[in-house]
Amino acid sequence: MVLARTSGPTQPRPSLERVSTSRAYLDHAATTPVRPEAIAAMVPAMTETYGNPSGAHRLARDARRALDDARDVLAEGLGCGPGDVVFTAGGTEADNLAVMGVHGRHGGTVVCPATEHHAVLHAVERCGGRVVGVDASGLVDLEALADALDDSVTLVSVMLVNNETGVIQPLDPVADLVAELAPRARLHTDAIQAFCWLDVARLAARADLISVSAHKFGGPKGVGALVVRPDVSLAAQLIGGGQERDRRSGTQNVPGIVAMAAAARASIDTRTATGARIGALRDRLADGLVDAVAGLSETAVGPDRDRSHKVAGSCHVTVEGVETEALLVLLERDDVFASAGSSCASGAQEPSHVLAAMGVPRPVALGAVRFSLGWCSTEADVDHALQVVPAAYDRLLEFAR
Amino acid sequence: MKVLVAMSGGVDSSVAAALLAADGHEVTGVTMKLWGGASDTGCCSVSDVDDARRVADHLGIDHHVFNFGDDFERFVVGPYVVDHQEGRTPNPCIECNRHIKFDRLLERAAALDFDAVATGHHARVVRTGSGAPRLARGADRAKDQSYVLHMLSEEQLECLLLPIGHLTKADVRAMAERFGLRTAAKPDSQDVCFITSAQGRGAFLDERIELTPAEIVGTDGTRVGEVAGVQLVTIGQRKGLDIGGHPEPRYVIDVDVQGARVTIGSADELLTDSTLLSDLAWTGAPVRQPVLVQASAHGDVAEGTVVGTTVQWATRHRRIAPGQSLVFYAASNGEQVVVGGATADRPGD
Repeated sequence: MVLARTSGPTQPRPSLERVSTSRAYLDHAATTPVRPEAIAAMVPAMTETYGNPSGAHRLARDARRALDDARDVLAEGLGCGPGDVVFTAGGTEADNLAVMGVHGRHGGTVVCPATEHHAVLHAVERCGGRVVGVDASGLVDLEALADALDDSVTLVSVMLVNNETGVIQPLDPVADLVAELAPRARLHTDAIQAFCWLDVARLAARADLISVSAHKFGGPKGVGALVVRPDVSLAAQLIGGGQERDRRSGTQNVPGIVAMAAAARASIDTRTATGARIGALRDRLADGLVDAVAGLSETAVGPDRDRSHKVAGSCHVTVEGVETEALLVLLERDDVFASAGSSCASGAQEPSHVLAAMGVPRPVALGAVRFSLGWCSTEADVDHALQVVPAAYDRLLEFAR
Repeated sequence: MKVLVAMSGGVDSSVAAALLAADGHEVTGVTMKLWGGASDTGCCSVSDVDDARRVADHLGIDHHVFNFGDDFERFVVGPYVVDHQEGRTPNPCIECNRHIKFDRLLERAAALDFDAVATGHHARVVRTGSGAPRLARGADRAKDQSYVLHMLSEEQLECLLLPIGHLTKADVRAMAERFGLRTAAKPDSQDVCFITSAQGRGAFLDERIELTPAEIVGTDGTRVGEVAGVQLVTIGQRKGLDIGGHPEPRYVIDVDVQGARVTIGSADELLTDSTLLSDLAWTGAPVRQPVLVQASAHGDVAEGTVVGTTVQWATRHRRIAPGQSLVFYAASNGEQVVVGGATADRPGD
């Protein structure tokens, strides 16, 4: 039995025979495999230094020391003092704490661009804030931002790297505008997608608050940090035992935090080499897809294929007429794992608010696929993807006609 | 064969998937996300997707979620609102089946190289003497859903599997128990999935269109009352109209949205000799002989003959609200099989 079609191709369709037995995990922007260094650090924190770091006895002090060592690593990597690092249960909590914490303490108006992650965007909306537009490549529209800034603004949140497109947002022009037009305002940056690729300490030096998340750079899920500069006060969103200097109560996730620090250490130590290696792999993947798939367009990348404004692991493409959901099912069958870049709690693909804000037409946005490479991506991953992905596109384009 | 089974998270589609997997098919489950708004149970809430996913896990089959929200808005919710605006009484479940389940889903299944699509509907596919597929009523007459699937073409029926059509609802639940499915005791879904019982149809429509008042008149033209939202009134309606006391029951026998007029009459005046049809479609060749006509999801059937663009009733029949589907059944091998369908139209439209 063959599924009937009212009108359709009679010519042979591209084959769906499995092309090889390898697999390509290309969803590092969603989450990364945990680095061996992180696992090695995590286990003794559960079996040996398992004390409560707030306690008084030796086992507690051992845990406290592990926590403080981890805090030092993060502080160095993020360009702040150890006392400025607030450990959280991940990136969403860090973003929420930045926005709702500052707004909760100081009131006023909070501002962000429309392309922020929902962890910021929904928090800004909850605080009744202002959302400003972006240009076609997703960079914040500085004129619109200027219009949104005034004395009432207490927080401006602009992400350093967009999680869908991988485009890097220079923060200096934003910080200049904030200093000039919103003197009360603090600048927050969501650096969650940036940390594994970029020197966040340098690029976010003018930010008052910085969010990071461990599982985006080879650490475990459920742990992150918010940098809070010494002169920034915020209202805690979790209250209780007063841990993290009253900015975030709750017994610290010591195993997660030491693993995050180990992953951060490894990430920072190998950052330059990894960026160069993965950037070359990404270019080969992106070039290969552009060359092989008719009508494929690389988001925020021009015909010169200059990708220097994106992080090294990011390859975001659209093909009008090919629906992401269908493509991902075909890719998964051949063990290529990618994503649309955005999905809802039910697991359904949602049209991207980021692409909408960039002015990408909805029918094009519905065909968006994000291939994201990471610290452990290999030549073989790209080889496998270039075997599988164009064939899947060909088949769906055949059916779309 | 490779089968894509639509899993709503309910017991029927859970058992459908279980039976296909037990038969050795290569089964993949899919839950369609259709509606982002409020819903009582519907097919789209996260908890229903979770149920479908966990049943799939239990059966050891893959499960995906497809978001057809844009199409649902375009083909189901939008037309539902417009129909009310224009004085018709739509059946959104039929439009959902027509455009979403058996257009979009079949199309996607073909693109993804599936051999067949399966659903948990209570209906069956049977064969005519010459081997052509026809849709027949489900074994459980009280749960039969052939009415809402009547529009399926022979081509679509060829690649459709209805694994629970031969079972009663009690059988389905018993099987779900035996398969150890968590949905075994889950209540049946009711009514229109995108309208909550708390909100109701009136409030849903009031948010989307302007509800306008109309006068209520008798068949002799005398004014007997007024209604606030004429778009919410449907032919055959007896309750909910403020028309004072009448010795005999009064029914709505005409709704004129443009003219802002609702006409009521007696039970006898509700009856008619014929009903005007639009969108008449036969599954196979047109049937000139009398057929059994069903005019609502779980309604009775009445004998009628399709003549041109009308159905002529063998005995006078209640008027049917414009927009309602009429489904034609013929007797074949002792089954009632769907041979065609149409939409009731309003004379003069």
